[in-house]
Amino acid sequence: MHELSLATHVVEIVSEHLRQAGGGRVAAVTLRLGQLSCVHKDALEYSFALVCEGTPLAGAELRIVMVPVVIFCPTCGNEVELPSLQRFACPVCGTRTADIRQGRELDIESVELLEPSS
Amino acid sequence: MTAPRILEVRTRILKANDELARSMRREFERLGVLVVNLVSSPGTGKTTFLQDTLARFVRQGVPVAAVVGDLETDNDARRLAASGAPVRQIMTHGMCHLEADMVQQHLSGWDLGSLHYLFIENVGNLVCPTSWDLGESVRLALLSVTEGEDKPLKYPGLFNTADLAALTKLDLAEACEFNRELARDNIDAVRPGMRIIETSAKTGAGMEEWMAFLAERRQSLLASAGART
Repeated sequence: MHELSLATHVVEIVSEHLRQAGGGRVAAVTLRLGQLSCVHKDALEYSFALVCEGTPLAGAELRIVMVPVVIFCPTCGNEVELPSLQRFACPVCGTRTADIRQGRELDIESVELLEPSS
Repeated sequence: MTAPRILEVRTRILKANDELARSMRREFERLGVLVVNLVSSPGTGKTTFLQDTLARFVRQGVPVAAVVGDLETDNDARRLAASGAPVRQIMTHGMCHLEADMVQQHLSGWDLGSLHYLFIENVGNLVCPTSWDLGESVRLALLSVTEGEDKPLKYPGLFNTADLAALTKLDLAEACEFNRELARDNIDAVRPGMRIIETSAKTGAGMEEWMAFLAERRQSLLASAGART
């Protein structure tokens, strides 16, 4: 359940950005998670709701954008999306490669604020 | 209706851990201590493997130390301390992985500059430790013959972040009908090109190769640290 730890960091970072922006309440938080990030989506959503309680993020929606793994194939000279995490090989020519260009993301992308009147 | 107000955050969730780990790694490299993070399932044999490693270094008079993470009990620290090397237990009280600040806190008071190697035995778990950089120079993923050849395919995320793999309990390979070639190919499929060492703490097989790997890596760490000063 490392998702609880991740959710705690998300709430801390968003709260800090909120303070710097002059306060407010959060409607939604958008994360970008790589397919290699080993995050269980349901566990993260559950943890997030829990950690948000009593903070300006209470009730906020968690939007998760999954980022596919992209490798660089040294044979083709191209970046290609990996169709399976069980085989780090170019789907075109079959060359195995450890050159990963995308897919480990654990990022907070943006925060949508609630309008003060709402 | 007004458009929603959006704050662009664009920050890594583990920014604080990543930054601390990076500064710890710089310090370890400056001091010439090679730090190894051992990750595997529970029961793979991390502690036995490490116990043997520490004992070999102690016999050679090489200064080493270890910290070991577990949810509860200091059993592993006591086992490792039998090697004669200084060992500290990190009790995580339910947390499934180690984080950089936990390691840093447990190093306080140790003269790191006098060490050649520092080993961090992570909590037995093939998922949660993946994303936490502990400031290590080498991440070792261990897989025992009793776990089955396809484990790397089930946990590609963790094996993919490793620098070296060790197969453990090779003395049991025959009894488990373990297919070494298949296991090696599965590791290579999720982490192409990674070196794999076949070991048995019971017979001592592969331990010389592992010790030689560590010595090489420390030499290159010293060379690159020297080049920077």
